[in-house]
Amino acid sequence: MIEVCGDAEAALRDLRDGATVLVGGFGEAGLPFGLLDGLLRCDAAGLTVVSNNAGNGHSGLAAVLATGRVRKIICSYPRQVDSWVFDRLYREGKIELELVPQGNLAERIRAAGAGIGGFYTPTGVGTPLAAGKEVRNIAGRDYILELPIHGDVALIRADTADEAGNLTYRKTARNFGPIMATAAKVTVAEVNRVVPAGAIDPENVVTPGIFVNRVVLAVGTAKAGSARSGSRETTR
Amino acid sequence: MAKLVARDIPGGSYVNLGIGQPTLVADYLPSDKHVVLHTENGMLGMGPQAQGDDIDPDLTNAGKLPVTELPGAAYFHHADSFAMMRGGHLDVCVMGAFQVSTAGDLANWHTGDPDAIPAVGGAMDLAVGAKTVYVMMTLFDKDGTPKLVPKCTYPLTGLACVSRVYTDLAVFRLEDDQVYVTETFGTTVDELASRLRVPVLAGPSPA
Repeated sequence: MIEVCGDAEAALRDLRDGATVLVGGFGEAGLPFGLLDGLLRCDAAGLTVVSNNAGNGHSGLAAVLATGRVRKIICSYPRQVDSWVFDRLYREGKIELELVPQGNLAERIRAAGAGIGGFYTPTGVGTPLAAGKEVRNIAGRDYILELPIHGDVALIRADTADEAGNLTYRKTARNFGPIMATAAKVTVAEVNRVVPAGAIDPENVVTPGIFVNRVVLAVGTAKAGSARSGSRETTR
Repeated sequence: MAKLVARDIPGGSYVNLGIGQPTLVADYLPSDKHVVLHTENGMLGMGPQAQGDDIDPDLTNAGKLPVTELPGAAYFHHADSFAMMRGGHLDVCVMGAFQVSTAGDLANWHTGDPDAIPAVGGAMDLAVGAKTVYVMMTLFDKDGTPKLVPKCTYPLTGLACVSRVYTDLAVFRLEDDQVYVTETFGTTVDELASRLRVPVLAGPSPA
């Protein structure tokens, strides 16, 4: 059984200073807006955020960055047309950036969740992003060593949770959810609905409940997408 | 340019089209060519950009624009999506570039300007992973400097990965450190040879 939290603050109650927070989403698809709003009301500071992007506009991840409580961001694509908040913090030297090629970012998260101590990848070889990394030639090809990224907390957006914690996702909003769910001590999923165990066909489970600790219903998000997907029955 | 790239993509290929200009290639891929489009945020079988009521914020492409799904589409998470690239399962990827070298080195993620905010996304994964990498770019930048160069001066995305370069003035094939001009548009091979700082050879490259 999983814990269904009444609100985002309850779901985030053990977030501590200096924590590493994995945040799902690619742009705004799959971004857990409700949990990020909850994060705004937490006190934890000195956070490291791991997410593909570094926030859009003024809501969601951008609003969290604007609080100044994020020390470092690990991401693949911070610069976007509306990444004003990150851009300003970065130019003022108020946030540290670790830029990671997108596939290496995904695989480092996957490795953490799968108990892998590191892996050799061809992505980035010969580029500035390989600086300082071990290079190894395997069967005639160069690879660099990349290390896992573990999270203290993962905040992800899914579609349906059942009471066993099994999750399904919607379309490309799936993105980082399934791998981040595996890579954190506590995984919180923001979902459109919670259904009884058995209501999701076991063949259609994307994230098995063993990887999920808490769920919270998506409410009051200003995003048309959340409202729309919330009103749609896509469980089976 | 997009039309020529589309013409040269083999039927039945799995293809990733980069952000920006390369997305236009999709407009010239007839459905009977059975090309399957991959978008690295987690989908195969991507359809055209969504309009009106079809817009779904949970269904976007790598450029974060709303798109549609075609029959046979599949969704998957990021680690699987990049396994498709890195694992050599994608047949073709098309990307833009700041510079391409004669050896096929690609620079397309960062100008190296100290004030610029770097962003790489999936470019490095595509460069090393796709079986074939095509580049679409203008041949010269705004001040007339060639973008097909002996050696890239911008930070690299990948080494020896580009095999074809589609530009506004010509199409190039890169093979064994040689540059072959396979088509020209309003110019000649001689004229290109005089404007570029790299040696070019006429005609299709040896198969």
